[in-house]
Amino acid sequence: MKILVCISKTPDTTAKIAFTDNNTKFSNEGVQWIINPYDEWYSLVRAIELKEADPSTLIHLINVGVADSEPVIRKALALGGDEAIRVNSDNADSFSIASQIAAVAKEGNYDLIFTGKETIDYNGSSIGGMVAEILNLPYISHAIKFDLSGTQATVIREIEGGEETNAVQLPVVVSCQKGMAEQRIPNMKGIMGARTKPLKVVEPVATDVYTEVSSFDLPPSKAGVKLVSPDQPEELVRLLHEEARVI
Amino acid sequence: MSVLVFIDQADGHIKKSSFEAASYASRIAENLGTQAEAIILGKTEDAPASLGEYGIKKVHTVDGITAMDSQVYTSIIAQAVEATGADVIVFSNNTTAKAIAPRLSVRLKAGLVAGAVALPETANGFIVRKTVFSGKAFANISVKTAKKIIALNPNSYHVVKGTGVAEVAAFNANVEVPKVTVTSINKVTGEIPLSEATIVVSGGRGLKGPENWGYVTDLAKLLGAATACSRPVADIHWRPHHEHVGQTGLAIAPNLYIAIGISGAIQHLAGVNRSKTIVVINKDPEAPFFKAADYGIVGDIFEVMPKII
Ligand SMILES: Cc1cc2nc3c(=O)[nH]c(=O)nc-3n(C[C@H](O)[C@H](O)[C@H](O)COP(=O)(O)OP(=O)(O)OC[C@H]3O[C@@H](n4cnc5c(N)ncnc54)[C@H](O)[C@@H]3O)c2cc1C
Ligand SMILES: Nc1ncnc2c1ncn2[C@@H]1O[C@H](COP(=O)(O)O)[C@@H](O)[C@H]1O
Repeated sequence: MKILVCISKTPDTTAKIAFTDNNTKFSNEGVQWIINPYDEWYSLVRAIELKEADPSTLIHLINVGVADSEPVIRKALALGGDEAIRVNSDNADSFSIASQIAAVAKEGNYDLIFTGKETIDYNGSSIGGMVAEILNLPYISHAIKFDLSGTQATVIREIEGGEETNAVQLPVVVSCQKGMAEQRIPNMKGIMGARTKPLKVVEPVATDVYTEVSSFDLPPSKAGVKLVSPDQPEELVRLLHEEARVI
Repeated sequence: MSVLVFIDQADGHIKKSSFEAASYASRIAENLGTQAEAIILGKTEDAPASLGEYGIKKVHTVDGITAMDSQVYTSIIAQAVEATGADVIVFSNNTTAKAIAPRLSVRLKAGLVAGAVALPETANGFIVRKTVFSGKAFANISVKTAKKIIALNPNSYHVVKGTGVAEVAAFNANVEVPKVTVTSINKVTGEIPLSEATIVVSGGRGLKGPENWGYVTDLAKLLGAATACSRPVADIHWRPHHEHVGQTGLAIAPNLYIAIGISGAIQHLAGVNRSKTIVVINKDPEAPFFKAADYGIVGDIFEVMPKII
């Protein structure tokens, strides 16, 4: 079994969101970078569990990004995975990233490709589906549970107001979210071992670019909270009804 | 040239968010001087012609589809795009769209904007506004391709309802055999899906334990609201995972979000700060949530809530 786990780098969840260059670029100043939580907590850990169940499994990590992604890739390797591939591209367009992942996936003949449900910065939820389409593979999004029996996978995915159980033959692309696995913390052995695991850098293939960010902006700040006395909660009901008109 | 909107349904009924998408698609069509058409897969109890009330001129129906498979859906929608000559394709940004729209984007070589919150700006190119950083910011995305796909966030565009009856025509699609088999569907019946709710009542660790959730569920029932919770509450299994909102859960934008005993950590706010009105009930006047709130009560849940309900 060969699993490809897609790893993206995102600003820490507490990072200050600000923009530079005439609001066209995210301001990196003082920002801590982390592994996108969906990639780290759910898809990577589930892949590691599958390897624990079947030690002959190979796990490759892939990141599309420039050299500053490497600390995050090493952090992922500290959790698990046999080697990592970084495609040296700074293009942020989803199709372009998906094309790079698909090119590597095609070469590597993977049985299983895991992505996170979404990146917490771009919130595209797109790359898994795009990779699947480029490779003409089935795609199961929003997986909350993934089990394997030979080459047959049983996947539970979240749908609006419930869950759906899917059966599919490998190879398949799966996007992972909460429920797939429990978050792990790398141990000392993992951290030390990650330093010597192979991290290959490959050059990007030529791709089209479908979209570009033209600018960013921040939502207007709130006017301030109107406090109601705890002894008169009926006043809150009145305000919501008459002033905010939401009930 | 036309605009094609994918109409999603559940249990034989068109989803509310699809009416928003239909209204949105009709408005885009109007702005581009063309007409909006719709495609709906599988049988519905709702009459497809009624989509005319949302400005849809023609509805293409495809019968005999019972389960969602991203490849099957993508192929049918791509055939409909071809047949209608659509160059803007609209989805409501829900779990179905997230499974299909990215595939369709590749198949049609059409740039995708997932999570749109406003009509495209077409004066100079084609620019669509979407949420990024889990609602903490917006990005204006320029779509460079000839065809464009937009997945509209639920609760971001008002349903515009008028009169009108859409023409309904069976669309004769070539339907592939799905590679994914849906073996069961398990739905929580009688609950309003969180992503579609206009009012959400949410509880945090301040409620002390699952035995006190009546404050949340009773208020929700009274208001016709969906229920949500903070992440630790789902982690300790006081509430089901699908209720977890925030940066690593669901991002929502209801008209009213009522937070009971939630501190308002930045990761929680990320998923709810696009709510139009936020009410916070918390005993700690320093709780960060008050800075993001419109209305608040500084008080003890166990004293305040019985008076509200
Ligand atoms: C990477 C990362 C991602 C995360 N993602 C999310 C996410 O998606 N969603 C999320 O919610 N969190 C997320 N978190 C966790 C987040 O940081 C907070 O820890 C969490 O939101 C706190 O939940 P809470 O408000 O329910 O609990 P607490 O922080 O414990 O707050 C409880 C609140 O209840 C109040 N209270 C207590 N008793 C009473 C009473 N009797 N009456 C009235 N008020 C009372 C207290 O004053 C307090 O403000 C994430 C954290 C990290 C590091
Ligand atoms: N630059 C990248 N390199 C590798 N994987 C990525 C990259 N960007 C996104 N992904 C994967 O695709 C998933 C969905 O991303 P998105 O479509 O941007 O929301 C993420 O959770 C990652 O698993």
